[in-house]
Amino acid sequence: MREREELLDKYTAKVYKNRKQHITQLEFGAEPDTITANTRAIPGTMTARGCCYAGCKGVVVGPLKDVAVITHGPIGCAFYSWGTRRNKAKNDPESDNKNFVPYSLCTDMRPTDIVFGGEKKLEKAIEEVIDIFHPKCIMICSTCPIGLIGDDVQAVAKRTEAQYGIKTIGFSCEGYKGVSQSAGHHIANNGLMRYIIGTGDKKPVGKFTVNLLGEYNIGADGWEEERILKRCGIDVVSVFTGDGSYETLQNAHLADLNLVMCHRSINYVAEMMKTKYGMDWIKVNFIGVGATCKSLRMIGKYFDDPELIARIESVIAEETESIREDMENYKAKLKGKTAGIFVGGSRAHHYQLLLRDLGMETIMAGYEFAHRDDYEGSAIRPFIKSDADTKNIEEITVEPDPEKYRTRYPEEMLVSLQKDGVELDAYTGMIPDMIKGSMVVDDYNFLEVDQLGKIMKPDIIFSGIKDKYSTMKDGIGSRQLHSYDYSGPYSGFRGAVIFARDVAMSIYTPTWRLVKAPWKNTPLLTGTISGGEKHA
Amino acid sequence: MLDMTTKDIKERSGITINPCKTCEPVGAMFCALGVHKCMPHSHGSQGCSSYHRTVLTRHFKEPAIATSSSFTEGASVFGGRSNLNTAVKNIFDMYDPDIIAVHTTCLSETIGDDVGSYILDMEIPEGKYVIHASTPSYEGSHIQGFSNMMMGFINYLSKQTGTKTGITALFPGWVNPGDCRELKAIAKAMEVPVTMFPDFDNTMDSPMTGHFEYYGAGGTPIPEIGRLGDASSVIALGKFASGESFDLMQKKFHISGASLPMPVGIALTDRYIMALRKISKKEVPSGLEAERGRLVDLLMDATSYTYKKTVAIFGDPDIVYSLTSLCLEMGMIPRYVVTGTPKSEFETLTRELIDSYNLEETCEVKADTDLFWLHQKIKNDEVDLLLGSSYGKYIAKAEDIPFVRAGFPVLDRYGATIQSVCGYKGGVYLAEKIIDALLSRYDRDVADEDFECVL
Ligand code: SF4
Ligand code: SF4
Repeated sequence: MREREELLDKYTAKVYKNRKQHITQLEFGAEPDTITANTRAIPGTMTARGCCYAGCKGVVVGPLKDVAVITHGPIGCAFYSWGTRRNKAKNDPESDNKNFVPYSLCTDMRPTDIVFGGEKKLEKAIEEVIDIFHPKCIMICSTCPIGLIGDDVQAVAKRTEAQYGIKTIGFSCEGYKGVSQSAGHHIANNGLMRYIIGTGDKKPVGKFTVNLLGEYNIGADGWEEERILKRCGIDVVSVFTGDGSYETLQNAHLADLNLVMCHRSINYVAEMMKTKYGMDWIKVNFIGVGATCKSLRMIGKYFDDPELIARIESVIAEETESIREDMENYKAKLKGKTAGIFVGGSRAHHYQLLLRDLGMETIMAGYEFAHRDDYEGSAIRPFIKSDADTKNIEEITVEPDPEKYRTRYPEEMLVSLQKDGVELDAYTGMIPDMIKGSMVVDDYNFLEVDQLGKIMKPDIIFSGIKDKYSTMKDGIGSRQLHSYDYSGPYSGFRGAVIFARDVAMSIYTPTWRLVKAPWKNTPLLTGTISGGEKHA
Repeated sequence: MLDMTTKDIKERSGITINPCKTCEPVGAMFCALGVHKCMPHSHGSQGCSSYHRTVLTRHFKEPAIATSSSFTEGASVFGGRSNLNTAVKNIFDMYDPDIIAVHTTCLSETIGDDVGSYILDMEIPEGKYVIHASTPSYEGSHIQGFSNMMMGFINYLSKQTGTKTGITALFPGWVNPGDCRELKAIAKAMEVPVTMFPDFDNTMDSPMTGHFEYYGAGGTPIPEIGRLGDASSVIALGKFASGESFDLMQKKFHISGASLPMPVGIALTDRYIMALRKISKKEVPSGLEAERGRLVDLLMDATSYTYKKTVAIFGDPDIVYSLTSLCLEMGMIPRYVVTGTPKSEFETLTRELIDSYNLEETCEVKADTDLFWLHQKIKNDEVDLLLGSSYGKYIAKAEDIPFVRAGFPVLDRYGATIQSVCGYKGGVYLAEKIIDALLSRYDRDVADEDFECVL
C-alpha cells in the first residue's frame, strides 16, 4: 500500500529488507496480516527501545514498594530509573509503611570494582541497606558490566538470605540481554514466580478475589481500577506491581482469578500460575469506557454469580451516567480526529478503544518491544520462531503444585465461557481491533515516527518523551502515554474523562494559533503600481 | 515523604542512596548536542542511550537525539566493531549529520572495545566526520563525560596552522542554552570575538516553527572547532567541565587565557569580565556596569531577608561552587555544600571560597556523596533554603523547606533552560527566585495579624 512504500522508501537496501518485515499496512484480505517482532534492533536507527534492566527493574520489580531494590552497577542506570515512571505507591500498614519508591539504591561501582569484581561491595551494600531500612525483601538488579566481570548476584542473594533471613532475589538482567525491555520482563517474572508467589498463606477475605497483573499504577490507573472493582464487590489481593508489595504478592496464588492488563510484561506469570496453581486469567482492558464495561462483564460471567452480575450492571449504569455529559461534550469536539500511538507493549492497543469511545480512529500504531502475539493474538504463538537472542533468556517450567493446585471449573466450562466472549487464558492481540489501511510498526524508530507524522497526518500522536517534542514542533498534538505528562488516571470511567480533556487540550490549545508570526504572511513592501490595483 | 530516611547518620561504603550525580556517557551525549549537525552515538546497549536521551529531553523539553550501537549478548562477547560500522553507515544514511560523536559506555569499556582503531578502519563519507571519546561510567560522573567529549572533539578536529585567528575560544561548561546566549552577549559587549564550544543556544532550545528539523540552527560549527588550535586565547568556565580542555589547549596549542568558575553572581561574573577586558583591552561598557550595579543594589535591598539564612546547595561541582558564591554574596550561610561527583578538589576550592568570608558559622562541604546523606544532615540541623536539581523536591517536601531549582536536571519545571543564571542578569534571575522563595515561606507561615503588604 502506498503509505507503507512511502515510508520504506527512505531506506537503503539493507535496512529496507529488515524494516519491511516490521511494518505492515493492514489489509484484512484473504491472507492474514502478519508482522515480525522481538528481533534485534538495527544499530544506528535510533530505536525507541530500552534495555533488559529497564524491563526488569524499571517496569516489573521497581514499583514493589516494600522491596529494597538495589541496582548493582555504575551509577547511571539507578539514576535514570529513579522516580521517572510515575508508578504511584502509598504507604500502608500492611507493608509496615515501608515505601522505597522515592528512593534509589545503587552500588555505584568504581574502577577497582570492575577490575577486581563487585561482589564484596554488593555485600557491603546489602549489609548497610539492612542496617538502615530493615527491609523484608531485597532485590538485586544487575546492569551491563556485572555478568561480564563475573559477579554472581544469585549467589550473593543466597548468601544474604542464609545470613540475615531476609528474602533476597538476584536478577541477572544486564542491559545487553535479549533485544529490548522484554527480556527483562521475562527475567523478572521468573524471579517473582520462583521465589515469591505461593510463599504466603494469608487467605484473602471477600467472596470474589482477583490479582491485577501488568498494572503499574501509572498516574493512579490502578487505584481507579480498584475503586471500580471494589464497588462491584470484587477484592484485589495483589497488584503486579504498581503500588504492589512483596507482602501481598506472596499470597497471590490464593486469589480466585488473575486479570491481565499489560499482557506483554506479565503474561509469563499469568501462564505459570495457571499451570502451577490452576488459576485462570482473563485479558482485561480498563482503558476506555466500552472496554471497562466489557472487562467487568467478563469477570461477572466468569464468576457466574447472579448477585455479582447484577451489581456489576448497576455500577456500570451509575458510572457511565456520571460521566455521560462530559464524554458527550468531548466527543463532539474530537469526533473524526485521527491518532497515532507508539508505546511499549500494550497501550498502543488499549488506548485505541478509549479513542474510539471519543469518536477518534487510530490510523497508526506501534510497539517498542512487543512479540507477535501482542499484534496478532495468542493463536500465532506456535508459529513464532525462536532465535538466539530469545534462547538466551531462561524459560522456567513449572509443574502443578501438589498441595496448592486447584481449578475452579472443568475444561468444558472454560471452553463454554470462551465461546461466551470471556477472553480466558488467551489474548486476541492489537491488529484485530484496527481498521483497514492503518499502519502497524514494530520497533519504531525516531525517523519513522517523524515520517509517519508527515505521511499519515494524524491530529495527535501518543508516544513517549523522546518523540514528544519533535512531534509538537512539527505542528502535531502530542501526549505521553508512558507517563501521561503528570496527568491521570486515564483508566476506568473517571480516567476516560481526564484523558478526553487532555486530548482536547492538546489539539485545541490556543497556543497553536501563535506558531506562525504575523510577518510571515504579510509582505514588508506593499505599494500601488500603475493601474491602481494593489499588489504584494 | 522519604519516611524511611533516618536521622542517625552511619558511615557507608557500599550503598549509594539517592545519587547526586549520574554516569559519564550522558555528559558526552550532551556535549555533542552542542555541536552543529552532530549526532551523538552511544556505543553500548541501547538502554543507555534511551535513558540519556530521556533525561536530556526532560530537562530541556527538547528532542535530544542520539543513536546506539544496540549491543546484544553476541556483541558483548565478541566486541562491538561490526555494530559500530553498521550504526555509522545507517546514521549517515538516515539522519544525515555532518559528524558522529561516539562515546563508550560501561559495557563497551568493560569488554575493552578499541573505538579509536575501529574509526580509523571505517569508511566515512567524504566531508563527514566520526570522532570518539572514552566515557567509562564507573569513573567520575556525567561532568567527566562532558569533559572527555570536549577533549575528544578538540583532539580529533582542532588544528594549528600558526596563523592566529584573533578569536577567543570560550568554553561555557555544563550550562543551559540561556546561559550560552548571555555569555556570548557579554563577550560581544566586551568586543571579544569568540567561538563558543560547545554551544547549546538554538540547539537545545530551538524555536517552535511548525517544522521539526533534526538539527537546530545553533551548535558550534565544525570548521570553528577545527580552528580552535589557532585561537588567540581561551576562556574556560567551570573548572570541572572545562578545566581539562583548558589544559589541553595550553599543552597542545600553547594557547593561554583564563580558567574560571562559572560566572554566577557578582564576583565570579566580574572575573569573567576582567578576563575579557584583558583580551580586548577595552573598558567595560556603561551598560554592563549598570547591570552590575543593579544586581548589587538588589542584593543590598534584600539583605534583611537573606542575611544569615542557611542554605543547602547540591548538584554538579561547577554550578554548586558558583551558587555558593552568590549565596555568600547575599549574606547567606551555605550550611551544606554537596556534590556527588567524586572530585576532592571540589572540597578544597569550595572551602577556600567559604573561608574567604570569615563566617562564624560552620559549613560542611562534601564531594562524592549522595542526597540521602544531605537529607540526614538536614534532619539533624535544618536549613532555611534548599538549592539544587529537581531531585531535591523530595527532601524539600519531607522537611518542608523552601526550594529553588537550579542546575541539572530540572525535570519538573518549564522555562529554566531558556533563562540564564550566568552574568549579572542571571544573578538577578536567581536572586529573585531565592528572595521570592524565602518571603513566600514567611508569608505562608505568618499569623493573619502579621501578614503585611509592605516590606
Ligand atoms: S549501563 Fe552504564 S553507561 Fe549505561 S546507563 Fe547504566 S551506568 Fe550508564
Ligand atoms: S503498559 Fe507499556 S510501558 Fe507499561 S509495562 Fe506494559 S509495555 Fe511497558
